[in-house]
Amino acid sequence: MHAERKQLVTPGDVLGEGPYFAGENTYRDGTKIYAARIGLADIIGNKLIVVPIKGVYIPRIDDIVIGRITDIGMSGWQVDICAPYPAMLPASETPMQRGRDIGRRDIAYIYGVGDLTLAQVIAFDRTRDPLLTTKGRGLGKVTSGRVARISPAKIPRVIGKQGSMITMLKKETNTDIVPGQNGLILATGKNPEQERIAVEALYMIEREAHSSGLTDRVRAFIVDEMGKGKEIGQSQNSSIA
Amino acid sequence: MKWERERKLDNHKTVRLLDDNGLRVDGRRFDELRPLKIEVGTLDKADGSAYVEHGRNKILAAVYGPREAHPKHIALADRAVIKCRYHMAPFSTDERKSPAPSRRELELSKVIREALEPAIMSEYFPRSTIDIIIEVLQADAGTRCAGITAAALALADAGIPMRELVAGCAAGKIDGKVVLDLSDIEDKQGEADLPVALMPKSGMVSLLQMDGSLTEDEFKQALDMSIDACRRIYEMQREALRQKYHIVKDEADNEAATEVRV
Amino acid sequence: MSTTHQLPIVARLEQKTVVDLIVKGKRVDDRGPLDYRPTTIMLGVIEKANGSAQVYLGKTKVLVGVKIQPGTPFPDTPDEGILTVNSEFVPLASPTFEAGPPDENSIELARVVDRGIRESKAINLKKLCIEPGKKVFMVFVDVYVLDHDGNLIDAAAMAALGALVNAKMHAFKVEKGEPVYKEEIVPLPMQNYPVSITSVKVDSTTVLDPCLEEEQVMSCRLTVTTDKDGNICAMQKGGLGFLTPDEIKQIVSTSISKAKDLREKILSNVK
Repeated sequence: MHAERKQLVTPGDVLGEGPYFAGENTYRDGTKIYAARIGLADIIGNKLIVVPIKGVYIPRIDDIVIGRITDIGMSGWQVDICAPYPAMLPASETPMQRGRDIGRRDIAYIYGVGDLTLAQVIAFDRTRDPLLTTKGRGLGKVTSGRVARISPAKIPRVIGKQGSMITMLKKETNTDIVPGQNGLILATGKNPEQERIAVEALYMIEREAHSSGLTDRVRAFIVDEMGKGKEIGQSQNSSIA
Repeated sequence: MKWERERKLDNHKTVRLLDDNGLRVDGRRFDELRPLKIEVGTLDKADGSAYVEHGRNKILAAVYGPREAHPKHIALADRAVIKCRYHMAPFSTDERKSPAPSRRELELSKVIREALEPAIMSEYFPRSTIDIIIEVLQADAGTRCAGITAAALALADAGIPMRELVAGCAAGKIDGKVVLDLSDIEDKQGEADLPVALMPKSGMVSLLQMDGSLTEDEFKQALDMSIDACRRIYEMQREALRQKYHIVKDEADNEAATEVRV
Repeated sequence: MSTTHQLPIVARLEQKTVVDLIVKGKRVDDRGPLDYRPTTIMLGVIEKANGSAQVYLGKTKVLVGVKIQPGTPFPDTPDEGILTVNSEFVPLASPTFEAGPPDENSIELARVVDRGIRESKAINLKKLCIEPGKKVFMVFVDVYVLDHDGNLIDAAAMAALGALVNAKMHAFKVEKGEPVYKEEIVPLPMQNYPVSITSVKVDSTTVLDPCLEEEQVMSCRLTVTTDKDGNICAMQKGGLGFLTPDEIKQIVSTSISKAKDLREKILSNVK
């Protein structure tokens, strides 16, 4: 292998030669395997890959995504999941129905244009647009909380090794954080201030994703902000009373 | 302002392009590149962007995409549609230029797209579009080449899969001598202009135009010279990308799983 | 013909977040209601232009170039130079900008910036006369929006003022009706310095210098341009919402005082 593991590579850089397979974001030309995107070179078994640093979200089956309803159709909704393809959420894939015929009025009642949904991708291939469902646990209309939007390539960093980063975020900000694979993240807390801190922490992770000591710095930032919030919160409460 | 003065005061005087020592108007030797400055990711809203200063050229390139095809009927079933726009700001030239696209800008939009498209792995994104926008903020000859250099970086910055980067540089002939990287005055008063863009890894030329007069030998000389310059510019592109995405190795291990998204 | 805009759909929840914050006196980026985002102004960035300025207003980036060239005067003002302001919302600035001739937003911006410069008589156009009725200097102010994160009008007006203040030309004498240039470089004759301040109304609260998210939830906006003496020289209300007379007077008062600060900041950049 020519490139080192975790080495930053750019399109056209040689990753390796000979007995390797060309994995994600690489291609083979003759005996050599080349990087196709900016990212970190890596090897899984004898498959050379590039882990991308940036890039648009391309849906995959089973992905959890957060989407915006952009249109109401005859039998469902068109959903923007920040991908190059608009997604479809059929009414038949929402848990509300019990063998009833869905009229258009019902459809508009369940989701209107501008609503947010937490959904799962159940179908997608090169010939058709992604299909969504909200029939899983925890899926459905999003009615409260704040949404952060970061680059989808940074979502693994938000989760962290064995969930270390996201567990810390949830604990320190006291909010429930649900990351969508499409880069949208929902933060639902007990008050708007905690949600704001969670969202700021997420943007901080995106900005500094590859710098050292990030988990500690984000924790320090949150603890600091939560401390400030307590003072303000107290004085606000007294003035409302 | 300096160049305006050169133009206005020496209105009818043709400047000598090569002096007795073989040095050019700006002091360069025949095979010297103008200074280059490259910045990646300068814009906030664009998916990818790059800013290139090549000599007095100042070029900003941005990429949006892949995104939904607009209008829907232009979408292709098996790959992304590439749209490319080369445009000059009204204040980019000596005489103010009307903002409406000229025939030259339309022609350059086409040849630039044809220089970049072979490097883009557009089959990854059927039924979508990738928009490449090149704005020339200040022009001093060689804008299409510098535009390609910037656009290739913007594409890489947007995370769009590419076989390799593309770099551009022109050569030409002034006062009977083949020289590299013409400046504006050399382009206007010289005898030939040869813009070239190269895909350095494969060594393939993806843009080639010529106007003026060159013998076959002169052409070969000019082509070799610009190809060599493109390779040098490619190294600068890679360095600019590295600087933008400087990564600490151990922190990268903190990411969840190596499950990779295309 | 003007058509209701096809706006990108902003999720209701996101809109609600922005509105809730503003009503509480806070903003998405933690600013106060009267605070402008961090502003940077760089002059002389395009050497080939007679004058230029690049403004970063938060993440919004606007570049203005000024070109001064001889041309024919208008028949009704034979001894005055000509001011033209043009604006390009180039597609690289936003996923919503399309290539093509300026749309109504771009034209509105150009005309509002133009009014500020023209009505305040910022440029002494009489000094740009070469030969009355035959030849005068034309001043082209070209606004180039490079990155759209809200409040393009103020960023453009700031950059236009910076570019004009930065603009230089050759001193000239007139021979046989044509300008003959001397070595000496002189500044473009400026005598006033218009500054525009834009406020938006969200629910019933007013905030200054809206970022893009705030523009997407506003009911309407009001731009007030004032000159160096605090006189109002241009105003423009935009958007489908309404303003009460009291709200307007309050906004005007705030704008006049805010403009003083901004003007100092822009002019302190002049070499």
